[in-house]
Amino acid sequence: MRWRIPAFSLTSLALPVLFFTFFGLPFARQTLPNGVSLGAFLLASFAAYAVGSVMVYGFGIGVATERGMKVDLLMRATPVPSAIVILAKVLNALVFAGISVVVLIVYGVVVGGVRQDLTVWIAMIVRLLAGSMPFIALGFAIGYGSGPNVAPALANLIYLPLAFASGLFMPVSQLPGFVQRIAPYLPAYHFGQLAWGAVGARTEPILTSLAWLGGYTVLFLLITARAYRREQSLKFS
Amino acid sequence: MPGRTRASRLPRSDVDPFRETQHAPARGVANEGRMGSAVSLSPNSASPVVELSSATKRYGRVEALRGVSLTIRTGEIVAMLGPNGAGKTTSISLMLGLRQPTGGLVRLFGLPPTDRRARSRAGVMLQESGTTGVLTVRELVELFSTYYPSPLPPGQAIAMAGLDDKADARVATLSGGQRQRLYFALAICGNPEVLFLDEPTVGMDVEARRAFVASTQALATAGKTIVFTTHYLKEAEELARRIIVVDHGLVIADAAPRELMARVAAKRVSFAVSGSLPAEALSGLAVAALDVGNGRVRFLTNEPEVVLRTLFERRVPLEDLEVAGADLEEAVLSLTRRGDQA
Repeated sequence: MRWRIPAFSLTSLALPVLFFTFFGLPFARQTLPNGVSLGAFLLASFAAYAVGSVMVYGFGIGVATERGMKVDLLMRATPVPSAIVILAKVLNALVFAGISVVVLIVYGVVVGGVRQDLTVWIAMIVRLLAGSMPFIALGFAIGYGSGPNVAPALANLIYLPLAFASGLFMPVSQLPGFVQRIAPYLPAYHFGQLAWGAVGARTEPILTSLAWLGGYTVLFLLITARAYRREQSLKFS
Repeated sequence: MPGRTRASRLPRSDVDPFRETQHAPARGVANEGRMGSAVSLSPNSASPVVELSSATKRYGRVEALRGVSLTIRTGEIVAMLGPNGAGKTTSISLMLGLRQPTGGLVRLFGLPPTDRRARSRAGVMLQESGTTGVLTVRELVELFSTYYPSPLPPGQAIAMAGLDDKADARVATLSGGQRQRLYFALAICGNPEVLFLDEPTVGMDVEARRAFVASTQALATAGKTIVFTTHYLKEAEELARRIIVVDHGLVIADAAPRELMARVAAKRVSFAVSGSLPAEALSGLAVAALDVGNGRVRFLTNEPEVVLRTLFERRVPLEDLEVAGADLEEAVLSLTRRGDQA
């Protein structure tokens, strides 16, 4: 279904590749002082950006649009439980996010000459998909908390600064000082840690990052639950 | 339910159309008696398809339903008729479990309407629902078919909705009327025993409406139970074997179309009077909603010829006489007024 929405599939598949072209390719063959391939590091950054964007934009705009078109009303009248519908959407998004990372990796390897073992790439994909929960939750929070007209702007306003400030576009060390101090408190920063860790870059302890991601997941789910309950009480009580 | 046929459902002259809603169960019993010989009943027909007992619904301060009791049994074709805001959609929403009653009890196949076993047997066409436009008609119908335990072949549902030539078109490209047909296809694709159709013909052109009426009648012949809402008296009369008139959250009539039509004051008469009107000039006429003011007399009646003849005989000086078909609101109004008098 996502393939049929060029605005979404192009954004999700092409933008990370484009960003990697601008910000990653010029440094793709360099190596960091600690021996890590800079190309792999930057590719991991944009892979994290890609997965997060599939979740935040996909669920944020998708859910808000469906609510606006009252697709949920018809679904509610079918025998299919709401939980199954949501689970199916999440699985669909995970597959799509996985594809967007694979596209990026193939591009990085073929065009950028980035070299890593296959196991490294697989580990990166698994980590990113497993760590994407706070972004799924953030997407749902936007989707249920706003309307179809507001959601795209809101998703951009939240996700783009978040990705920048977390070092997904350029390394945190290159960011302004105050941003560097904020970064360790942001979910996308810890999400990036999972990806950077997979390609061997020095990271925060993985448990610390997982704890932050888990905490943000709970926070966003609470916001979602509040918005969801409010809507249910209006539409279906 | 293969092999089931539907008993013919002629209007019964002994069903009192003036009785209030509580007569519904009695009607159901009568139906079963009539169906017994001609119809092999399925095991579950013992519990009614829909049962509302003293159902109320309040949205904040608005009382949308003020105590509705009705029973709909297998094979009935029921129109819920009423003006906007009467409580038709709310009634359907309660029957489907899309909304919960503030008070009273709602059952679908004897189960809470949110129960999946009940929902699996119901097809739904909702007034305001939508779908995303990226799938084709066939894909969407196929998808919805998978939601039900024993669906129709998707192609058949599409054909019954008259969408054959649009089967491979994306939903977004459909016109308003075609979209209504798509929703009809989605409602029937699960091969439901009961169909709930909320304002099904809104936005349909003449041809689509005709196709819809034909499909609905075919489904009725196949023994399906059909519950639909409409503003149009004519549509209710054409399709339904039973009309439930809802107004201000109450059932104000529940009868076969012919009996209801006999009861509804179908013509609006209005005329001007020059000079003074003797007090007894309008007494004893078979009229409803009589209104005298600003030099004009207005009323609703079923027998405009008789009433006007009486007025001429009484030498009431009529000017600027108008006789027109009453619209639904007026017809319902006449029912309400008579209810008050009774």
